[in-house]
Amino acid sequence: MSGSLRRFARKLPELLVIWVPMLLSAGHVVVFTLWTTWVSFTPSTLMPTDGWVGLRNYSAVLATRNWKVAFDNLLLFGFSFMLLTTLVGLALAILLDQRLRGENVLRAIFLYPLAVSFVVTGTVWSWLLNPGMGVQKLVNSLGWTAFRFDWLVNRDMAIWTVVIAAIWQASGFAMALFLAGLRSVDADLLKAAQIDGAGPVRTYARVILPSLWPITVSVLVILLQFAIKTFDLVRALTEGGPGIATQLPALVVYDFMFQRGNLGRGSAAAVLMLLTLLAVLLPYAGWTYLQRRRARA
Amino acid sequence: MPAGPICNGAAPVRSRRVILGTLVWLLAAAYLVPMVVVLLNSLRTAQEIAQGSMIGWPKFWEFGNYAVAWSGFCIAQTCQGIAPYIANSAAITLPATLISTLLGAVAGYAVSLWRFRGDRWIFGLVTLGVFLPEQMRLIPWTIVLRDLGLSNTLAGLVMIHSVQGLSFTALFCRNYYLSIPQELMKAARIDGAGFFRIFWRIVLPLSPPILVVTVIWQFTGIWNEFLYGVTFTTGTQQPITAALIALATSVADVPQYGVQNAAVVLAALPTMLVYLFGGRYFVRGLTAGAVK
Repeated sequence: MSGSLRRFARKLPELLVIWVPMLLSAGHVVVFTLWTTWVSFTPSTLMPTDGWVGLRNYSAVLATRNWKVAFDNLLLFGFSFMLLTTLVGLALAILLDQRLRGENVLRAIFLYPLAVSFVVTGTVWSWLLNPGMGVQKLVNSLGWTAFRFDWLVNRDMAIWTVVIAAIWQASGFAMALFLAGLRSVDADLLKAAQIDGAGPVRTYARVILPSLWPITVSVLVILLQFAIKTFDLVRALTEGGPGIATQLPALVVYDFMFQRGNLGRGSAAAVLMLLTLLAVLLPYAGWTYLQRRRARA
Repeated sequence: MPAGPICNGAAPVRSRRVILGTLVWLLAAAYLVPMVVVLLNSLRTAQEIAQGSMIGWPKFWEFGNYAVAWSGFCIAQTCQGIAPYIANSAAITLPATLISTLLGAVAGYAVSLWRFRGDRWIFGLVTLGVFLPEQMRLIPWTIVLRDLGLSNTLAGLVMIHSVQGLSFTALFCRNYYLSIPQELMKAARIDGAGFFRIFWRIVLPLSPPILVVTVIWQFTGIWNEFLYGVTFTTGTQQPITAALIALATSVADVPQYGVQNAAVVLAALPTMLVYLFGGRYFVRGLTAGAVK
């Protein structure tokens, strides 16, 4: 008895170091998810309270114009941001893969936006795109007075300013991953294509790009998270405006929780965000699981 | 063949390379525009910017903007510039980066090289934290902070970022450590080396490539974080990202663009430096094992 106790005591430091942080981390994921989900079914306002209102918070959130606009924006922003960032990142990677002079400098230039915060990105782009002092003002003062570039204050176009700023920030990341993929393409395959007399365009289309598929999926999954969690960028760039034209779900959650003091509805909106993410991630997880099983079989 | 992966060696190839080179440098110039504009504006006077546009060459180099931004400017009734907020961000970011990286390395090591009962389950839950939106954690963290007496403190934010960061750092490290051969582990264990000894003597010396990734990831992520900063702290306890937003709102009446631009430069400087010096290792390490 005392022997096993001593053995346990000897192993205690490593057990503590392994289990305490992991249990805290895993525990916070599980408990916090359940906790917020629970709050979403209660009549909580300024403080979480007991009680059960069923799905009333959800129906209330789903009925607001704020949420509808935010969700439509998320679809438009998320889809165009993911697609365009991937394409721009891939194009940059292919360009850099030509082993041009100054490759290291170029890579650093395309990557630097990733280092700055969304707050900084949003603030700077709000200056550049502001018709009263940015690009439009500059072009106007150069003599072309009819030039208009007012997307930032235009209800229909404002969401595209968020897309532009987000692409600027994230495309370097996509580029870095694609570039690594391009550099690890099997050299024998390239040689074979060359011997077959395939030109560069055909080599890219037939040999190189198909091998980038797994990296493309990783890039898309990472960008999806960017898109759904986008909050600070919009806060700094448009504050959700003009009006509520650039509202996104993350802003709606914050608005309900801390500006309107309605924790129940805010939690319902947060759960809806999570469900949106899961709606895309679960099929992806299932797909990777099947791929792995097939690879093992 | 040093000239490139695809080259036919013919004459048109050279002209094509010139075109590609021009194109890529034009794109690079476009990517640099925001930074150049902010740097130039940080040296212009507010009047000059207000009369012209945000985009322009300084007529008069106003270096004083930086002094005002650093220690003189008023943000929400406190006139100490952004220095205290930068200090807050540093006091949050440095410990949280260190703690989460260290714990992540140990956790990744334990899961990848030791295997123990229940490791898959617990590690799976830890990595789910990568996907869980921050909005799902706002209310629980608010209450946990209140109950621990850490509301509106920097220590509270250090705790939050350490716990949440573990999801990323443990995942990165575990993926990387999987490439350490099991024979190495077996040999060490036969020699009688235990958990900590193997970590210290074998695993840690092999770790620099992945530790660079986790440190850069955590440092930039926490330094640039806004949502928790603005939700869990107020006034002079806020990190720099929240202060920048407060600055932008508080100068809405009397725009101080020169000073504001200088503040943006100072706020972005630490992470930019980290990328400038570590970016190359970051990309290398990221592709060596972190993203799988």
